[in-house]
Amino acid sequence: MAAADTEKKRVLEMVQAAGADEGCVTFVLHEEDHTLGNSLRYMVMKNPDVEFCGYSITHPSESKINFRIQTRGGLPATETLRKGLNDLTDASKHVLHTFEELRNRDQVTGMWSTLQSETLTDKNHRLRAAAWILSIQN
Amino acid sequence: MAAPMRNVDEIRDRVILGEFGVRNVHSTDFPGNYPGYDDTWDLRKFKKNFRLNIAHMDENTLEFDMVGIDAAIANAFRRILLAEVPTMAIEKVFIYNNTSIIQDEILAHRLGLVPIKADPRLFEYRNAGDEEGTEIDTIQLQLKIKCTRNTRAAKDSSDPKELYLNHMVYSKDITWVPIGNQADVFGDSKIGPVHDDILLAQLRPGQELDIVMHCVKGIGEQVAKVVNSRLDTCSREVLRHDDLKNLVKIGRVRDHFIFSVESTGILPPEVLVSEAINVLIAKCQKFLTELESSEME
Repeated sequence: MAAADTEKKRVLEMVQAAGADEGCVTFVLHEEDHTLGNSLRYMVMKNPDVEFCGYSITHPSESKINFRIQTRGGLPATETLRKGLNDLTDASKHVLHTFEELRNRDQVTGMWSTLQSETLTDKNHRLRAAAWILSIQN
Repeated sequence: MAAPMRNVDEIRDRVILGEFGVRNVHSTDFPGNYPGYDDTWDLRKFKKNFRLNIAHMDENTLEFDMVGIDAAIANAFRRILLAEVPTMAIEKVFIYNNTSIIQDEILAHRLGLVPIKADPRLFEYRNAGDEEGTEIDTIQLQLKIKCTRNTRAAKDSSDPKELYLNHMVYSKDITWVPIGNQADVFGDSKIGPVHDDILLAQLRPGQELDIVMHCVKGIGEQVAKVVNSRLDTCSREVLRHDDLKNLVKIGRVRDHFIFSVESTGILPPEVLVSEAINVLIAKCQKFLTELESSEME
Protein backbone atom coordinates (compact mmCIF):
# COMPACT_ATOMS: atom_id res chain seq x y z
CA MET A 1 0.00 0.00 0.00
CA ALA A 2 2.71 2.47 1.00
CA ALA A 3 4.79 1.72 -2.08
CA ALA A 4 1.88 2.36 -4.44
CA ASP A 5 1.15 5.69 -2.73
CA THR A 6 4.61 7.11 -3.24
CA GLU A 7 4.34 6.45 -6.98
CA LYS A 8 1.00 8.26 -7.36
CA LYS A 9 1.22 12.07 -7.31
CA ARG A 10 -0.55 13.42 -4.22
CA VAL A 11 -3.13 16.10 -4.94
CA LEU A 12 -4.08 16.76 -1.35
CA GLU A 13 -1.70 16.96 1.59
CA MET A 14 -2.23 17.99 5.17
CA VAL A 15 0.30 19.95 7.15
CA GLN A 16 -0.27 20.25 10.85
CA ALA A 17 1.84 21.96 13.47
CA ALA A 18 3.13 19.52 16.11
CA GLY A 19 1.03 19.79 19.26
CA ALA A 20 -1.88 21.64 17.68
CA ASP A 21 -5.29 20.04 17.87
CA GLU A 22 -7.17 18.69 14.90
CA GLY A 23 -8.94 21.97 14.35
CA CYS A 24 -6.04 23.91 12.81
CA VAL A 25 -4.82 22.37 9.59
CA THR A 26 -3.26 23.64 6.40
CA PHE A 27 -4.17 21.63 3.34
CA VAL A 28 -1.97 21.76 0.26
CA LEU A 29 -4.06 21.31 -2.87
CA HIS A 30 -2.00 20.53 -5.97
CA GLU A 31 -2.90 21.54 -9.52
CA GLU A 32 -5.39 24.13 -8.28
CA ASP A 33 -5.64 27.92 -8.33
CA HIS A 34 -8.08 30.74 -7.52
CA THR A 35 -10.85 28.94 -9.39
CA LEU A 36 -11.40 26.33 -6.72
CA GLY A 37 -9.56 28.20 -3.95
CA ASN A 38 -11.80 31.24 -3.73
CA SER A 39 -15.09 29.40 -4.22
CA LEU A 40 -14.15 26.74 -1.65
CA ARG A 41 -13.00 29.40 0.79
CA TYR A 42 -16.39 31.12 0.50
CA MET A 43 -18.25 27.87 1.17
CA VAL A 44 -16.10 26.92 4.16
CA MET A 45 -16.50 30.41 5.66
CA LYS A 46 -20.28 30.01 5.47
CA ASN A 47 -19.96 27.29 8.11
CA PRO A 48 -20.56 28.77 11.59
CA ASP A 49 -18.06 26.34 13.16
CA VAL A 50 -15.18 27.78 11.19
CA GLU A 51 -13.19 30.47 12.90
CA PHE A 52 -10.71 31.15 10.11
CA CYS A 53 -10.43 30.12 6.50
CA GLY A 54 -8.05 31.42 3.91
CA TYR A 55 -6.00 30.32 0.94
CA SER A 56 -2.85 31.53 -0.74
CA ILE A 57 -0.94 30.70 -3.87
CA THR A 58 2.60 29.85 -2.77
CA HIS A 59 4.23 31.00 -6.00
CA PRO A 60 2.60 31.83 -9.32
CA SER A 61 4.87 29.42 -11.15
CA GLU A 62 3.80 26.47 -9.02
CA SER A 63 0.22 25.38 -9.37
CA LYS A 64 -0.66 24.61 -5.79
CA ILE A 65 -2.51 26.43 -3.03
CA ASN A 66 -2.19 26.44 0.75
CA PHE A 67 -5.67 26.23 2.20
CA ARG A 68 -5.90 26.86 5.94
CA ILE A 69 -8.86 26.11 8.17
CA GLN A 70 -9.18 26.82 11.88
CA THR A 71 -12.31 25.61 13.64
CA ARG A 72 -14.07 26.47 16.86
CA GLY A 73 -14.54 23.94 19.57
CA GLY A 74 -12.03 21.36 18.41
CA LEU A 75 -14.09 20.10 15.48
CA PRO A 76 -11.74 18.30 13.05
CA ALA A 77 -10.82 20.52 10.14
CA THR A 78 -11.23 17.68 7.64
CA GLU A 79 -14.93 17.60 8.48
CA THR A 80 -15.37 21.25 7.64
CA LEU A 81 -13.41 20.78 4.41
CA ARG A 82 -15.62 17.89 3.46
CA LYS A 83 -18.75 19.91 4.25
CA GLY A 84 -17.46 22.83 2.19
CA LEU A 85 -16.77 20.57 -0.80
CA ASN A 86 -20.20 18.96 -0.51
CA ASP A 87 -21.96 22.33 -0.25
CA LEU A 88 -20.08 23.63 -3.27
CA THR A 89 -21.06 20.50 -5.21
CA ASP A 90 -24.72 20.93 -4.22
CA ALA A 91 -24.76 24.58 -5.23
CA SER A 92 -23.14 23.81 -8.60
CA LYS A 93 -25.55 20.96 -9.26
CA HIS A 94 -28.48 23.24 -8.58
CA VAL A 95 -27.11 25.88 -10.94
CA LEU A 96 -26.59 23.21 -13.61
CA HIS A 97 -30.07 21.82 -13.11
CA THR A 98 -31.69 25.26 -13.33
CA PHE A 99 -29.66 26.15 -16.41
CA GLU A 100 -30.46 22.95 -18.27
CA GLU A 101 -34.16 23.19 -17.50
CA LEU A 102 -34.24 26.75 -18.73
CA ARG A 103 -32.22 25.88 -21.81
CA ASN A 104 -34.48 22.99 -22.78
CA ARG A 105 -37.57 25.09 -22.33
CA ASP A 106 -36.09 27.95 -24.29
CA GLN A 107 -34.89 25.83 -27.15
CA VAL A 108 -38.31 26.13 -28.75
CA THR A 109 -39.77 29.29 -27.26
CA GLY A 110 -36.37 31.02 -27.11
CA MET A 111 -36.55 31.75 -30.79
CA TRP A 112 -39.09 34.43 -29.95
CA SER A 113 -36.49 36.51 -28.06
CA THR A 114 -34.31 36.84 -31.15
CA LEU A 115 -37.13 37.95 -33.40
CA GLN A 116 -36.84 41.66 -32.61
CA SER A 117 -33.54 42.10 -34.38
CA GLU A 118 -34.34 40.31 -37.63
CA THR A 119 -35.71 41.36 -40.99
CA LEU A 120 -39.24 40.52 -42.00
CA THR A 121 -38.36 37.54 -44.19
CA ASP A 122 -36.09 36.05 -41.53
CA LYS A 123 -38.87 36.51 -39.01
CA ASN A 124 -41.29 34.61 -41.22
CA HIS A 125 -38.85 31.77 -41.65
CA ARG A 126 -38.33 31.52 -37.92
CA LEU A 127 -42.01 31.71 -37.15
CA ARG A 128 -42.70 28.90 -39.56
CA ALA A 129 -39.79 26.85 -38.23
CA ALA A 130 -40.92 27.35 -34.63
CA ALA A 131 -44.50 26.45 -35.50
CA TRP A 132 -43.30 23.30 -37.24
CA ILE A 133 -41.18 22.25 -34.27
CA LEU A 134 -44.04 22.89 -31.87
CA SER A 135 -46.35 20.85 -34.04
CA ILE A 136 -44.08 17.84 -34.22
CA GLN A 137 -43.48 17.98 -30.48
CA ASN A 138 -47.21 17.76 -29.76
CA MET B 1 -36.37 55.42 -6.84
CA ALA B 2 -36.52 53.25 -3.73
CA ALA B 3 -36.27 54.80 -0.27
CA PRO B 4 -32.68 55.09 1.01
CA MET B 5 -31.44 51.71 2.15
CA ARG B 6 -30.43 51.07 5.69
CA ASN B 7 -26.67 51.21 6.00
CA VAL B 8 -26.32 47.57 6.90
CA ASP B 9 -28.37 46.38 3.96
CA GLU B 10 -26.33 48.58 1.69
CA ILE B 11 -23.05 47.12 2.91
CA ARG B 12 -24.34 43.61 2.55
CA ASP B 13 -26.02 43.91 -0.82
CA ARG B 14 -24.37 46.61 -2.89
CA VAL B 15 -20.99 47.39 -4.42
CA ILE B 16 -20.69 51.21 -4.52
CA LEU B 17 -19.18 52.87 -7.61
CA GLY B 18 -17.52 56.08 -6.44
CA GLU B 19 -16.03 58.73 -8.68
CA PHE B 20 -12.48 57.51 -8.25
CA GLY B 21 -12.81 54.00 -7.02
CA VAL B 22 -15.01 51.11 -6.17
CA ARG B 23 -15.99 50.61 -2.54
CA ASN B 24 -17.46 47.83 -0.52
CA VAL B 25 -16.20 45.15 -2.82
CA HIS B 26 -15.81 42.09 -0.63
CA SER B 27 -18.65 39.87 0.51
CA THR B 28 -19.08 40.13 4.24
CA ASP B 29 -22.11 37.92 4.71
CA PHE B 30 -20.47 35.24 6.81
CA PRO B 31 -21.99 33.77 9.97
CA GLY B 32 -21.32 35.94 13.02
CA ASN B 33 -20.54 39.18 11.18
CA TYR B 34 -23.96 40.76 11.51
CA PRO B 35 -26.06 40.28 14.63
CA GLY B 36 -29.59 39.44 13.70
CA TYR B 37 -28.72 37.90 10.34
CA ASP B 38 -28.29 34.16 9.93
CA ASP B 39 -25.74 33.75 7.19
CA THR B 40 -25.02 30.06 7.54
CA TRP B 41 -25.03 28.19 4.25
CA ASP B 42 -28.49 26.79 3.65
CA LEU B 43 -29.17 24.96 0.40
CA ARG B 44 -32.91 25.54 0.61
CA LYS B 45 -32.45 29.29 1.08
CA PHE B 46 -30.01 29.32 -1.84
CA LYS B 47 -32.46 27.47 -4.07
CA LYS B 48 -35.22 29.88 -3.12
CA ASN B 49 -33.19 32.99 -3.89
CA PHE B 50 -31.36 31.74 -6.95
CA ARG B 51 -32.65 32.79 -10.34
CA LEU B 52 -31.30 32.26 -13.81
CA ASN B 53 -32.58 34.11 -16.84
CA ILE B 54 -31.47 33.61 -20.45
CA ALA B 55 -31.50 36.97 -22.20
CA HIS B 56 -30.37 35.94 -25.66
CA MET B 57 -29.28 32.67 -27.22
CA ASP B 58 -28.07 31.91 -30.71
CA GLU B 59 -25.61 29.46 -32.19
CA ASN B 60 -22.43 31.31 -31.20
CA THR B 61 -23.33 33.62 -28.33
CA LEU B 62 -25.30 33.24 -25.15
CA GLU B 63 -26.23 35.95 -22.66
CA PHE B 64 -27.71 35.03 -19.36
CA ASP B 65 -28.17 36.48 -15.87
CA MET B 66 -27.49 34.74 -12.59
CA VAL B 67 -29.02 36.27 -9.48
CA GLY B 68 -28.53 35.11 -5.90
CA ILE B 69 -25.07 33.62 -6.16
CA ASP B 70 -21.86 34.95 -4.70
CA ALA B 71 -19.04 36.47 -6.69
CA ALA B 72 -16.61 33.73 -5.68
CA ILE B 73 -18.62 31.00 -7.37
CA ALA B 74 -19.65 33.08 -10.38
CA ASN B 75 -15.99 33.93 -10.90
CA ALA B 76 -15.07 30.28 -10.65
CA PHE B 77 -17.48 29.53 -13.51
CA ARG B 78 -16.04 32.39 -15.53
CA ARG B 79 -12.46 31.19 -15.01
CA ILE B 80 -13.40 27.64 -15.96
CA LEU B 81 -15.23 28.81 -19.10
CA LEU B 82 -12.17 30.73 -20.20
CA ALA B 83 -9.48 28.24 -19.41
CA GLU B 84 -10.61 24.82 -18.31
CA VAL B 85 -13.27 23.54 -20.67
CA PRO B 86 -11.58 20.83 -22.73
CA THR B 87 -11.25 21.42 -26.46
CA MET B 88 -9.49 19.71 -29.37
CA ALA B 89 -6.58 21.66 -30.81
CA ILE B 90 -3.56 20.95 -32.98
CA GLU B 91 -0.67 20.07 -30.73
CA LYS B 92 1.99 18.31 -32.79
CA VAL B 93 2.89 19.39 -36.29
CA PHE B 94 5.05 17.05 -38.38
CA ILE B 95 6.52 19.08 -41.22
CA TYR B 96 7.70 16.77 -44.04
CA ASN B 97 8.22 19.53 -46.55
CA ASN B 98 7.94 23.30 -46.23
CA THR B 99 9.50 25.33 -49.03
CA SER B 100 7.30 28.39 -48.43
CA ILE B 101 8.57 31.69 -47.14
CA ILE B 102 6.87 31.15 -43.77
CA GLN B 103 9.28 29.63 -41.23
CA ASP B 104 8.46 26.19 -39.81
CA GLU B 105 7.86 27.36 -36.28
CA ILE B 106 5.69 30.32 -37.33
CA LEU B 107 3.59 28.05 -39.50
CA ALA B 108 3.27 25.50 -36.69
CA HIS B 109 2.22 28.26 -34.31
CA ARG B 110 -0.43 29.50 -36.73
CA LEU B 111 -1.76 25.98 -37.23
CA GLY B 112 -2.04 25.52 -33.49
CA LEU B 113 -4.36 28.51 -33.24
CA VAL B 114 -6.89 27.16 -35.74
CA PRO B 115 -10.05 25.94 -33.93
CA ILE B 116 -10.92 22.35 -34.88
CA LYS B 117 -14.54 21.29 -35.04
CA ALA B 118 -14.60 18.05 -33.09
CA ASP B 119 -16.64 17.34 -29.97
CA PRO B 120 -14.08 17.00 -27.15
CA ARG B 121 -16.50 14.94 -25.07
CA LEU B 122 -16.04 12.05 -27.51
CA PHE B 123 -12.28 11.90 -26.98
CA GLU B 124 -10.00 10.97 -24.12
CA TYR B 125 -6.93 12.79 -22.88
CA ARG B 126 -3.70 11.47 -24.26
CA ASN B 127 -1.56 9.65 -21.72
CA ALA B 128 1.58 11.49 -20.71
CA GLY B 129 4.59 10.15 -22.56
CA ASP B 130 2.58 8.61 -25.36
CA GLU B 131 4.13 9.89 -28.58
CA GLU B 132 2.09 8.15 -31.25
CA GLY B 133 -1.48 8.63 -30.09
CA THR B 134 -4.37 6.21 -30.59
CA GLU B 135 -7.73 6.57 -32.24
CA ILE B 136 -9.49 7.51 -29.00
CA ASP B 137 -7.33 10.48 -28.19
CA THR B 138 -5.96 11.86 -31.45
CA ILE B 139 -7.28 13.36 -34.65
CA GLN B 140 -4.89 13.29 -37.58
CA LEU B 141 -5.08 16.13 -40.08
CA GLN B 142 -3.14 16.73 -43.24
CA LEU B 143 -2.18 19.80 -45.23
CA LYS B 144 -0.66 18.98 -48.62
CA ILE B 145 -0.65 21.74 -51.18
CA LYS B 146 1.61 22.87 -54.01
CA CYS B 147 1.54 26.15 -55.84
CA THR B 148 1.86 26.08 -59.64
CA ARG B 149 1.86 28.62 -62.43
CA ASN B 150 -1.41 29.04 -64.25
CA THR B 151 -0.59 28.34 -67.88
CA ARG B 152 -3.83 29.81 -69.10
CA ALA B 153 -3.31 33.30 -67.63
CA ALA B 154 -3.10 36.35 -69.86
CA LYS B 155 0.45 37.33 -70.90
CA ASP B 156 0.53 40.77 -69.28
CA SER B 157 -1.58 40.03 -66.19
CA SER B 158 -0.10 40.97 -62.83
CA ASP B 159 -2.87 39.70 -60.59
CA PRO B 160 -1.62 36.81 -58.44
CA LYS B 161 -5.08 35.30 -58.46
CA GLU B 162 -4.82 34.84 -62.20
CA LEU B 163 -1.17 33.96 -62.47
CA TYR B 164 -0.90 31.27 -59.82
CA LEU B 165 -2.93 28.30 -58.69
CA ASN B 166 -3.11 27.51 -54.95
CA HIS B 167 -1.06 30.53 -53.95
CA MET B 168 -3.12 31.21 -50.79
CA VAL B 169 -3.28 28.43 -48.24
CA TYR B 170 -6.53 28.60 -46.32
CA SER B 171 -7.76 26.45 -43.44
CA LYS B 172 -10.18 24.76 -45.83
CA ASP B 173 -7.16 22.98 -47.32
CA ILE B 174 -6.68 21.06 -44.08
CA THR B 175 -8.12 17.59 -44.55
CA TRP B 176 -9.00 14.93 -42.01
CA VAL B 177 -7.25 11.56 -42.13
CA PRO B 178 -9.29 9.06 -40.10
CA ILE B 179 -7.22 6.61 -38.06
CA GLY B 180 -8.43 3.28 -36.72
CA ASN B 181 -12.21 3.14 -36.43
CA GLN B 182 -12.73 6.90 -36.60
CA ALA B 183 -14.13 6.62 -40.12
CA ASP B 184 -17.04 4.53 -38.78
CA VAL B 185 -17.56 6.48 -35.58
CA PHE B 186 -17.33 9.98 -37.04
CA GLY B 187 -18.11 9.20 -40.66
CA ASP B 188 -20.95 11.62 -41.10
CA SER B 189 -19.73 14.52 -38.93
CA LYS B 190 -17.21 16.63 -40.79
CA ILE B 191 -14.11 16.87 -38.65
CA GLY B 192 -11.96 19.80 -39.68
CA PRO B 193 -11.39 23.48 -38.97
CA VAL B 194 -14.39 25.48 -37.80
CA HIS B 195 -13.78 28.32 -40.26
CA ASP B 196 -12.70 27.73 -43.85
CA ASP B 197 -11.25 31.13 -44.54
CA ILE B 198 -8.35 31.44 -42.13
CA LEU B 199 -5.31 32.38 -44.20
CA LEU B 200 -2.36 30.23 -43.13
CA ALA B 201 0.37 30.97 -45.66
CA GLN B 202 1.04 32.34 -49.12
CA LEU B 203 2.95 30.40 -51.77
CA ARG B 204 4.55 31.02 -55.14
CA PRO B 205 5.09 28.50 -57.96
CA GLY B 206 7.39 25.68 -56.94
CA GLN B 207 6.73 26.05 -53.22
CA GLU B 208 4.81 23.38 -51.40
CA LEU B 209 3.63 22.33 -47.97
CA ASP B 210 3.41 18.73 -46.80
CA ILE B 211 2.35 18.67 -43.17
CA VAL B 212 0.71 16.13 -40.87
CA MET B 213 -0.89 17.36 -37.65
CA HIS B 214 -2.00 15.61 -34.50
CA CYS B 215 -4.88 17.19 -32.67
CA VAL B 216 -5.40 16.31 -29.01
CA LYS B 217 -7.73 17.21 -26.17
CA GLY B 218 -6.44 19.93 -23.89
CA ILE B 219 -7.53 22.74 -21.61
CA GLY B 220 -6.64 26.39 -21.89
CA GLU B 221 -4.10 26.23 -19.11
CA GLN B 222 -1.85 23.95 -21.08
CA VAL B 223 -2.82 25.12 -24.51
CA ALA B 224 -3.40 28.88 -24.62
CA LYS B 225 -5.25 28.69 -27.88
CA VAL B 226 -8.44 26.98 -26.78
CA VAL B 227 -10.05 30.03 -25.21
CA ASN B 228 -13.77 29.92 -25.61
CA SER B 229 -15.52 32.98 -24.25
CA ARG B 230 -15.52 36.58 -23.00
CA LEU B 231 -17.33 38.76 -20.41
CA ASP B 232 -19.16 42.03 -19.68
CA THR B 233 -18.88 45.40 -17.74
CA CYS B 234 -20.75 48.58 -16.69
CA SER B 235 -20.36 52.33 -17.13
CA ARG B 236 -19.73 55.21 -14.72
CA GLU B 237 -20.27 57.92 -17.30
CA VAL B 238 -22.69 59.93 -15.21
CA LEU B 239 -19.99 60.69 -12.62
CA ARG B 240 -18.10 62.84 -15.11
CA HIS B 241 -20.76 65.51 -15.03
CA ASP B 242 -20.14 67.75 -12.03
CA ASP B 243 -23.66 68.92 -11.45
CA LEU B 244 -25.02 65.40 -11.31
CA LYS B 245 -22.19 63.93 -9.34
CA ASN B 246 -23.39 64.66 -5.87
CA LEU B 247 -26.97 63.70 -6.53
CA VAL B 248 -26.26 60.28 -7.85
CA LYS B 249 -25.09 57.29 -5.93
CA ILE B 250 -24.28 54.36 -8.18
CA GLY B 251 -24.30 50.94 -6.73
CA ARG B 252 -24.37 47.52 -8.24
CA VAL B 253 -26.29 44.66 -6.77
CA ARG B 254 -23.67 42.35 -5.35
CA ASP B 255 -25.14 39.05 -6.37
CA HIS B 256 -26.48 39.77 -9.86
CA PHE B 257 -24.13 38.65 -12.66
CA ILE B 258 -24.50 39.02 -16.40
CA PHE B 259 -22.63 36.39 -18.38
CA SER B 260 -21.94 36.84 -22.05
CA VAL B 261 -20.47 33.70 -23.58
CA GLU B 262 -19.14 33.68 -27.13
CA SER B 263 -18.03 30.35 -28.55
CA THR B 264 -15.24 29.73 -31.07
CA GLY B 265 -17.65 27.48 -32.92
CA ILE B 266 -16.49 24.09 -31.72
CA LEU B 267 -19.23 23.66 -29.14
CA PRO B 268 -22.41 25.72 -28.80
CA PRO B 269 -22.26 28.17 -25.87
CA GLU B 270 -24.92 26.47 -23.77
CA VAL B 271 -22.91 23.24 -23.92
CA LEU B 272 -19.84 25.20 -22.83
CA VAL B 273 -21.66 26.52 -19.75
CA SER B 274 -22.92 23.05 -18.80
CA GLU B 275 -19.43 21.61 -19.25
CA ALA B 276 -17.91 24.39 -17.13
CA ILE B 277 -20.28 23.68 -14.24
CA ASN B 278 -19.50 19.96 -14.58
CA VAL B 279 -15.79 20.74 -14.38
CA LEU B 280 -16.30 22.51 -11.05
CA ILE B 281 -18.35 19.58 -9.72
CA ALA B 282 -15.63 17.17 -10.87
CA LYS B 283 -12.93 19.17 -9.07
CA CYS B 284 -14.87 18.99 -5.81
CA GLN B 285 -15.46 15.25 -6.24
CA LYS B 286 -11.79 14.69 -6.87
CA PHE B 287 -10.87 16.19 -3.51
CA LEU B 288 -13.74 14.46 -1.74
CA THR B 289 -12.53 11.04 -2.90
CA GLU B 290 -8.98 12.01 -2.00
CA LEU B 291 -10.14 12.87 1.53
CA GLU B 292 -12.00 9.56 1.79
CA SER B 293 -9.02 7.52 0.63
CA SER B 294 -6.56 9.28 2.88
CA GLU B 295 -8.81 8.67 5.86
CA MET B 296 -8.97 4.96 5.15
CA GLU B 297 -5.22 4.66 5.68
